[in-house]
Amino acid sequence: MSSTVSQIDEIKTDAWSGGRSPFAVEYGKLMMWFFLLSDAFTFSAFLIYYGAQRFSKITWPDPDVVFQSIPGIADHGYPLVFVGIMTFILIMSSVTMVLAVEAGHRNSKKEVVWWMIGTIIGGLMFLGCQAIEWTHLHHEGYWWGAFPASYTGIESIGAMQFSNLFFTITGFHGFHVFTGVLINIIILIMTLTNVFAKRGSYLMIEKVGLYWHFVDLVWVFVFTFFYLV
Amino acid sequence: MASTALHDTAVLHNHDHDHGHHKETFITKYIFSQDHKMIAKQFLITGIIMAVIAMILSVLFRLQLGWPDKNFPLLETFLGQWAEGGRIKPEFFLALVTIHGTMMVFFVLTAGLSGTFSNLLIPLQLGARDMASPFLNMLSYWLFFSACMVMMASFFTVTGPASAGWTVYPPLSALPKAIPGSGIGMTLWLVSMTLFIASSLIGALNYISTVLNMRTKGMDMWKMPLTIWAFFLTAIVGVLSFPVLVSAVVLLIFDRSFGTSFYLSDIVVAGQVLPNQGGSPILWQHLFWFLGHPEVYIVLMPALGITSEVIATNSRKPIFGYHAMVYSLIGITVLSFVVWGHHMFVTGMNPFLGGVFMITTLIIAVPSAVKTFNYLATLWRGNIRFTPAMLFAIGLVSFFISGGLTGIFLGNAALDINLHDTYFVVAHFHLVMGSASIFGMLCGVYHWFPKMFGRLMDEKLGYIHFWFTFIGAYLVFFPMHFMGLDGVPRRYYAFTEFEFMKEWLTVNTFITWAAIVSALAQVAFLWNFFYSIFYGKKASQNPWQSNTLEWTTPVERIHGNWPGEIPSVYRWPYDYSKPGHHEDFIPQTTPFSETMSSNLPHDFEGNAVAEKIQEDWVRNNPKVTTTENV
Repeated sequence: MSSTVSQIDEIKTDAWSGGRSPFAVEYGKLMMWFFLLSDAFTFSAFLIYYGAQRFSKITWPDPDVVFQSIPGIADHGYPLVFVGIMTFILIMSSVTMVLAVEAGHRNSKKEVVWWMIGTIIGGLMFLGCQAIEWTHLHHEGYWWGAFPASYTGIESIGAMQFSNLFFTITGFHGFHVFTGVLINIIILIMTLTNVFAKRGSYLMIEKVGLYWHFVDLVWVFVFTFFYLV
Repeated sequence: MASTALHDTAVLHNHDHDHGHHKETFITKYIFSQDHKMIAKQFLITGIIMAVIAMILSVLFRLQLGWPDKNFPLLETFLGQWAEGGRIKPEFFLALVTIHGTMMVFFVLTAGLSGTFSNLLIPLQLGARDMASPFLNMLSYWLFFSACMVMMASFFTVTGPASAGWTVYPPLSALPKAIPGSGIGMTLWLVSMTLFIASSLIGALNYISTVLNMRTKGMDMWKMPLTIWAFFLTAIVGVLSFPVLVSAVVLLIFDRSFGTSFYLSDIVVAGQVLPNQGGSPILWQHLFWFLGHPEVYIVLMPALGITSEVIATNSRKPIFGYHAMVYSLIGITVLSFVVWGHHMFVTGMNPFLGGVFMITTLIIAVPSAVKTFNYLATLWRGNIRFTPAMLFAIGLVSFFISGGLTGIFLGNAALDINLHDTYFVVAHFHLVMGSASIFGMLCGVYHWFPKMFGRLMDEKLGYIHFWFTFIGAYLVFFPMHFMGLDGVPRRYYAFTEFEFMKEWLTVNTFITWAAIVSALAQVAFLWNFFYSIFYGKKASQNPWQSNTLEWTTPVERIHGNWPGEIPSVYRWPYDYSKPGHHEDFIPQTTPFSETMSSNLPHDFEGNAVAEKIQEDWVRNNPKVTTTENV
């Protein structure tokens, strides 16, 4: 009888039947994915607004003209070189992040530390480049609510909106990079103080890595819309 | 985050073996609590306080609408410069309308409703010790609390709170000089909203990951109570819609403070042309309503979930069409993202696009109607127990029908030309989203009060509260339909300036009286609520004879919810009045082997062995089944 009772009361054990995570994912990682989804909507809203503005204006500044300097080296004649360097730096920092996550899987604290330091340096370099680029554009006359008098397009409103949107959206992205760097520093300190080693898992690196890659991905879109098309 | 996870399991470990281990101080227990049940109560009480404030604001502007030419010296005593000579100033009237809307929609019906019941019920009904991240849960409450404080602070500024309506349309909201309320008041509104969005996002992430990850053994998605489905889908809507408001708010902040023109163009203020060119206020509306419409369902869906649960329990019948209920919630979730344009029919939208939004809007009537009919079918021939919670649940169904029908009028792009921005709209959304959702919330309070405080609320006061509020709400909002059909616009301070609207003065006076009476009726609730917390009748473990897991926890509400192991779940939550069983309810934790006389083949979900055992049992015990059925 007892065996029949247990069979009639048998609880299914498939992934969705409760008692475990259906994706075999820890809750924090799940939260991070949903947060990124949410953040993707924020950036999408910005970029759709950007598209709506750009298509409603007759002229729009030519990125090859606006971004043709390498601050400190050449004032013009090198379209998109500087932003190319910036993008390369950010993508490289994603590579170091991947390596940190990979080292985390092997529980190799020393490697995690070095790759994290590399990622942080990459992030700081990107932010520094952005600061230099902003300063340069500011000197040329671009700012919130301002554009250079030398602008030659038929419709100056386009230049104005380009300027407004450029600083707001790259600024919002830069804010994300900044928070990413801060979080990276926090988990670097946690790694150094053996928090993860004691825990026996470097999953936190992976979760923060997700955020960092997302910020990188967003930059690809921002880069495409502001600099390429 | 992971540190809390570990800490969490450590704490739970303690709970399983050693109860008196950790000491709680007043601060960790009542203020910075990380226990989902306490956080739920914090959300509820903050929500109730916000509701009372927002209700008082509404009575204040109703006074102006009811008696536009009368002075109330008492108002000056309380409101000072906002009501000089005992008359509410036009600027303050706009502020009252704005803050009433903002507080009710966001603080009461979003945070107060989802925050309370998602936090209380998700772990309890799913069989979890707590939320996925108790720390983030606490953070979510305190961000909400700060948002409330910032919003309240705007009443203590010289220029007053935001006054551009709860939708804060630019250019009114974007130009600090446009109206007094667009100064510091608007800045505080934006700060408050930012805090609120952060709170709601953190909360929603927590709800989603708890529902996905922390269901107890046997609790597959199709065994979850409809409350949980509703909270889960609401959280998904929130995660995807609120971020768009973030973008909208950021752009608005830049327009206000950094000289940009995202929403501004061709504006003349006091004869002077402003330099702002190129933006578009319509784009704000798109961004705002991309949140704003899903927000309506964020407000409504938890109320529908709570009602499903309460109606099934108190009808002593399984909810009619459980799967249809879930699919209709999913349908509402998806459709809620593609209907926002119906708020913008008269903005000069391409009529073709208007047609598209009209069709999507009308399609949303289908899942809504499915839910309504399922409620009615559940009630049909049920053994109805008219508890106060049940009355409020039925009240919700009533408001959902009467308010929902006018949605079909308003969703029509052609009719909306006439009805837009009239009292018809006010009547519609106050019934279908305002009254329905607040009834869902009150229903939840009456039903789960024993789970929150271990005591029962007084039934008589509950009935008084229900009937005054129910009739009062209809008396307030129903006449507004006719005003709207006649073209009386909403948000007008001195509508008597227009000849054709003068005849509506008596109706407005009537509405104000109805509003005052129903506002006073809330005292019955407040007294009942706060008195019962301390002196109510002690509740039994399962006072409503309900099936769901929360009633298997002890009345004492311990940290970690269940003293021993978390119970497993064998069946869906709606086995009420199952033929062949000796009681009219079978809790989810009752295994099938204990209910052999009532098991049905489909209970075993295709488990052939179990079906065979049941068949054999029925063959061997013919008498029992026949006697029980006769």
